[in-house]
Amino acid sequence: MSDYNFAYLDEQTKRMIRRAILKGLAVPGYQVPFASREMPMPYGWGTGGVQVSAATLTPEDTFKVIDQGADDTTNAVSIRKFFERTAGVATTEETEKASVIQTRHRIPEAELTEDQILVYQVPIPEPLRFLEPRETETRKMHALQEYGLMHVKLYEDISQHGAIATSYAYPVKVSDRYVMDPSPIPKFDNPKMEMAAIQLFGAGREQRIYAVPPYTKVVSLDFEDYPFEASKADHPCDLCAAEDSYLDEVILDDAGNRMFVCSDTDYCRSRREAGHVGRLGEEAAA
Amino acid sequence: MNQMTDNTVYAGGFANPPVASAHAFRAAMNAMARPGTVQKITGATPPEGISPAAGSLLLTLCDPETGVFLAPDVDSDSLRGWLTFHTGAPIVAAEEAEFALGGWEALMPLDRFRIGTAEYPDRSTTLIVEVAGFDAANASLSGPGIKDTAQMGLPDPMACASNAMLYPLGVDFFFTSGSQVAALPRSTQIRAEA
Amino acid sequence: MYVAVKGGERAIDNAHAWLAEERRGDTSVAELSLAQIREQLALAVNRVMAEGSLFDPDLAALAIKQSRGDLIEAIFLIRAYRTTLPRFGYTLPVETGAMACDRRISATFKDAPGGQVLGPTFDYTHRLLDFKLAAEGEAVEAPTSAPRTEPTPHITEFLQGEDIIEREPSSDAQPGDLTREPMAFPADRSVRLQSLTRGDEGFILGMAYSTQRGYARNHAFVGELRIGTVAVEMEIPELGFAIEIGEVELTECETVNQFKGSKTVPPQFTRGYGLVFGQSERKSIAMALVDRALRWKELGEDNLGAAAQDEEFVLSHSDNIQATGFLEHIKLPHYVDFQSELELVRKLRREAAEAVEQMAAKEAAE
Repeated sequence: MSDYNFAYLDEQTKRMIRRAILKGLAVPGYQVPFASREMPMPYGWGTGGVQVSAATLTPEDTFKVIDQGADDTTNAVSIRKFFERTAGVATTEETEKASVIQTRHRIPEAELTEDQILVYQVPIPEPLRFLEPRETETRKMHALQEYGLMHVKLYEDISQHGAIATSYAYPVKVSDRYVMDPSPIPKFDNPKMEMAAIQLFGAGREQRIYAVPPYTKVVSLDFEDYPFEASKADHPCDLCAAEDSYLDEVILDDAGNRMFVCSDTDYCRSRREAGHVGRLGEEAAA
Repeated sequence: MNQMTDNTVYAGGFANPPVASAHAFRAAMNAMARPGTVQKITGATPPEGISPAAGSLLLTLCDPETGVFLAPDVDSDSLRGWLTFHTGAPIVAAEEAEFALGGWEALMPLDRFRIGTAEYPDRSTTLIVEVAGFDAANASLSGPGIKDTAQMGLPDPMACASNAMLYPLGVDFFFTSGSQVAALPRSTQIRAEA
Repeated sequence: MYVAVKGGERAIDNAHAWLAEERRGDTSVAELSLAQIREQLALAVNRVMAEGSLFDPDLAALAIKQSRGDLIEAIFLIRAYRTTLPRFGYTLPVETGAMACDRRISATFKDAPGGQVLGPTFDYTHRLLDFKLAAEGEAVEAPTSAPRTEPTPHITEFLQGEDIIEREPSSDAQPGDLTREPMAFPADRSVRLQSLTRGDEGFILGMAYSTQRGYARNHAFVGELRIGTVAVEMEIPELGFAIEIGEVELTECETVNQFKGSKTVPPQFTRGYGLVFGQSERKSIAMALVDRALRWKELGEDNLGAAAQDEEFVLSHSDNIQATGFLEHIKLPHYVDFQSELELVRKLRREAAEAVEQMAAKEAAE
């Protein structure tokens, strides 16, 4: 198959990552430091997610990779190929058929099951980082549950804009204890995080792993008078007519005409195959 | 060491380490992610007296970077030899251990194990507790990983509940029997049941 | 009908093919051999070995060839390869006092045992393009002299004899290793030095320069700079003693810095230290300056708020593989997060416009 070990990483590295994953599951939302390895792909391109996937995959798994919800974006293709080559695992684009899904910036629209594992690529795991650049400080804030600064920031948004001006990587509180960065998923996806599947988060460059076990309480931070709102573009999908999916905006021509299509390509495909047709779609071939 | 123990020491490792450890880890992760559920875990054949489940956990998680404490009821030359040969993990005192192995009584008192620090709650011990089996639930569990509640048989529900009070500090438990494993992370709320 | 963009896989394959063709360049020009790179671009090879943390000139030459001369890309290739190598053990600390020096200079004493040896330096070359090199250059033979047989003592040892420079306590403690353990702050000096020696030359240079310009100035003299080869020894448990397994070329810089003393320590000189693979003079001097700046706390100095004093700032941003990866990742698709921003800004603008309209209507009504 290749000159490298199963799933690329050596066994000692996998053990180190596996220990971190278990700690992460035991303390949901807490960022466990791990000695991230240098991977054969650049930092910032999913090295954390790739290491978590490599430590998690078994040969029997079926692996799916999405970037921006799509299986065919270049980096998703590249990561999928990496594991086809180094782990020899089966891959799929169908959410339901996947046992391990690695994602960047989205949670699939289809509800995930107890038999699935969702691995997130995380660029900046520290939700407080944009308020306080120092790790030594943010670590203290987590230790003392001192999250006032975050609330102040959100409240300043409200006083300035009349709304919370955070639309992705919207902070959540996990199991009533740790404030956690959900990775740069749109806030539309936040409510899905209370799910049946295991969620693992890997930040390679920042050397952190964290986790959310199934059915864990995940609450998006908000205020009584300004409750959290999971928003998306106010359109149906122009290809499959879905009203409930997160949409990408596509510029169609020089006149600036647009269309809106599901960001989850597998969800859109399965709906079109089931006969749903949007404004600009056409009937699936019989 | 005679020939007999030598063989025991060198035998019983994972037949195909990358694959066997991936399977064993999946079982361990499912157990830790879903407290109270029992998972099948195999692959290792540790020396007499140690369950294949505990042996598989040790091979999957331990290496020269993790100190292991062996409680008096499981500590033996053959186990030390086996662990050293297959993992390179140093045998350490309870207070310094990343992992601790033994029966419940022999592992006690619980408060000698590391529970992490406020800034690094992960710097804590994971206990691998050998138990007779998983029948006879005596505790009701709730919290992360549990849909509503789960039932589980615990050696000492009160001690586990006090550990949970330390959250986010505390130790985490694996319970092993034969080729089965269950887990109890510190995040689980425990109610003793009659 | 709109068709979503497909074919990422083919696009990637084609891009790789094009890259390979561009790498080779004009095929009527002879191809570079690794030996040519190793021998004639030795300082590039040295930088790749130093920041790649792997002493192997042939692999570094290969990485430079593969990366088309992009040294950060070459360092990346070496790092990614290095991380897959098994660790058989750890060598003994190298003894730089026993270095076979090609170059050894001191800015603090006019002469000292071992002498001032300029060695192969650019220092006093006039930076005039040498057009003779553009033609086929002929081999130049430099004059030779008998090598020094006895070890060359460190300049700081003479200061130490007078007890006028801080003592470096010797220790058998295991140094940290940031390739095996995640970075945690505060970091001890061994980890700081490891981070600096692997760090980006440009970044370390900029940090060091900032200290010279007054951002935590530490009045550094180059006590000594030496370049040469040292033996690498390893203890073999089965043998019970250490054997030499090879040699590496190193550049070592020790700075002698002014120190006014503190409540507990009388005025004395202090040190900054740089040690880098290969002939990497600029990097080792810069490293020594930054090392010294980072030591303010242990020496009881004031935190002047300078960037080079800020351990978390320096160590978190010195690695060019981390930096380039994260910097360049912003060219990856961000449709999803951008879309959410787009919706939000539209909504905020809509609400702001409505508020203005309402105000106007209200005023008109009054």
